[in-house]
Amino acid sequence: MLAPTTLLRSWSCILFVAALAIAGECLIAAAMRSFGDLDRLRTKSGIRGYAGPIRAVLSSPIFLIGALCMALNFFAMLFTLSIVELSLAAPATASLTYIGNAIAAKLFLRENVDHRRWLAVGFVCAGVFLLSK
Amino acid sequence: MKHTLTPQRYLILLAVSLSASVGDTLLKRGMGQVGTVDMQHLGLLWHALFNPYVIAGIVLLIGFFASYMTALSWADLTFVMPATALGYVVIALLSHFWLHEHLSLYRCAGILLIVCAVGFVANGPSRTEHPSHADLDLMDSGVGR
Repeated sequence: MLAPTTLLRSWSCILFVAALAIAGECLIAAAMRSFGDLDRLRTKSGIRGYAGPIRAVLSSPIFLIGALCMALNFFAMLFTLSIVELSLAAPATASLTYIGNAIAAKLFLRENVDHRRWLAVGFVCAGVFLLSK
Repeated sequence: MKHTLTPQRYLILLAVSLSASVGDTLLKRGMGQVGTVDMQHLGLLWHALFNPYVIAGIVLLIGFFASYMTALSWADLTFVMPATALGYVVIALLSHFWLHEHLSLYRCAGILLIVCAVGFVANGPSRTEHPSHADLDLMDSGVGR
């Protein structure tokens, strides 16, 4: 049995990693949604036409903050893995991120999270825990 | 407005679910060849950039990020999420058939649950439509009734 302080530290790390992932994914989703279909931003056909969409994405501040959150999430996960076992950290952060994303998408992105999507959230979380057994 | 995904968009969703998991598996294999990296051997990280498995893994992960962002430009975050979750299934299958890890009954049940979840969401609409003010005015005026 782990000491309460170790348990608290482990779970605060896991929560922090999940929170950064949720913030990053929602900000990136919000930025991408504001562009609409990226194909319409293409200026030319062929590989050079991708310059338009790439410039639009990289000059969006919302996208850049989201990408920063994802980068911090990566290093926070590396730190977490040094104090928490992989078999707990990986499924716990994956499920928490998944549930948090669904709630954040409903609250902030105003997405229509219907019963089908809530059911999927439950199934994926249960599935991730079974996979980690 | 009804949203049906074109075959090209299904291909992008397929790329989202495959590239991350295959990329991670390649990185894992490459780093296994490079050896353990710690504070005394940070130079190994530079060395790792020349390992073909690590290069292939990085290319696939860049491809994942590009296809993920493309998908988010025309679909909801909660619609794309199950596609990324399908990656866990691909990792489990890859580690069974390629790395010959044991696939327990629990894991088979987990794979089944995630596949069901993807099925639920894929059957629904891919994008939430928020009617604009012009649309609402049009509805109020009774046109199209």
